[in-house]
Amino acid sequence: MESGHSEGEGGTALPTATKILIAGGFGVGKTTLVGSVSETAPLRTEEILSEKGIGVDDLAGVESKSTTTVAMDFGRISFGEDLVLYLFGTPGQDRFWFVWDELAHGALGAVVLADTRRLADCFPSVDYFERHHLPFIVAVNCFDEARRYSLDEVKLALSIDPDVPVMLCDARQRESSKDVLITLIEHVRKSRSRAGDPQPAGS
Amino acid sequence: MAMPDSEPLWVDDAAGPVVRPYAMTRGRAAAQNRFNVISQVVAAQPAPALEVGIGPEHIAIVNLCQRPLALAEVAAHLGLPLGTIRVLLDDLLARRLVKVIEPKPHTTLPDDSVFEALINGIRAL
Ligand SMILES: Nc1nc2c(ncn2[C@@H]2O[C@H](COP(=O)(O)OP(=O)(O)O)[C@@H](O)[C@H]2O)c(=O)[nH]1
Ligand SMILES: [Mg+2]
Repeated sequence: MESGHSEGEGGTALPTATKILIAGGFGVGKTTLVGSVSETAPLRTEEILSEKGIGVDDLAGVESKSTTTVAMDFGRISFGEDLVLYLFGTPGQDRFWFVWDELAHGALGAVVLADTRRLADCFPSVDYFERHHLPFIVAVNCFDEARRYSLDEVKLALSIDPDVPVMLCDARQRESSKDVLITLIEHVRKSRSRAGDPQPAGS
Repeated sequence: MAMPDSEPLWVDDAAGPVVRPYAMTRGRAAAQNRFNVISQVVAAQPAPALEVGIGPEHIAIVNLCQRPLALAEVAAHLGLPLGTIRVLLDDLLARRLVKVIEPKPHTTLPDDSVFEALINGIRAL
């Protein structure tokens, strides 16, 4: 047996479960990417947030006991019986950091999808992963009618660390989505060895 | 099995097992666990019969998890929120009907064989 397995009842080997986050603004292609590379159509689950989950400050003094439902799309890729990779599309930015924290916990890293027509939409994702020291890459999803910027221009506009890979992709294409995931995993591996000890990069 | 959408359900503390677990999570009970969304859930026994405290959702989970599935997959397949599944898992764990295995923090993986396996696996898709 490979290392990293957990033993289930009666010694049944359970798969090593890993996850990657797919982040970015609304309509940037997160669900499309998850679907193009996963073994089934994207699955959907939801979290119900009470006022507590959203943040007490936001609702201080508000009497209503309202709840908010946050939906997440995700996909699964199995590699034999031993290893599973889950891809989670992050839900809408800005409001649901509670859910982001839950999703980011234990993630290998993140892909930030960007659309050059609305680059600012991905700033909150970039900020979040920088703040939480989660390794990420930026994948520019090329919508047909978008003007092409050079990757250096994108990098400059995002003012990210020069080591963070920035690449083009087409989230609808399986091969392109595979390249994105491989680029991220290589980057995570490099970040870890650069850190020199078993800590997330940058911490 | 649809969730009531707008009105939160207020249940009496003494109502006990007559209240369906997913209704409980709306206003009252919170799960004791914070299992990761990719925690693997696997049945430890064949599905039990209906009894007090064991409802159709509990049985559905045990049936579904005869092969290991992530918490998020269980939620998606049963059409229930993650928080509801966590509550149901507390009940199932108390009766040793399932096992839940949290993912290893990847920072403690001994070497990068997992990275290698992921990269090679994705290439081969
Ligand atoms: N032209 C083009 N359209 C895309 C691309 N990726 C996604 N789309 C489309 O953009 C829309 C929004 O994508 P979706 O994955 O739902 O975005 P999400 O909100 O980030 O999950 C859908 O209609 C997709 O078909 C792409 O690379 N090129
Ligand atoms: Mg989406």
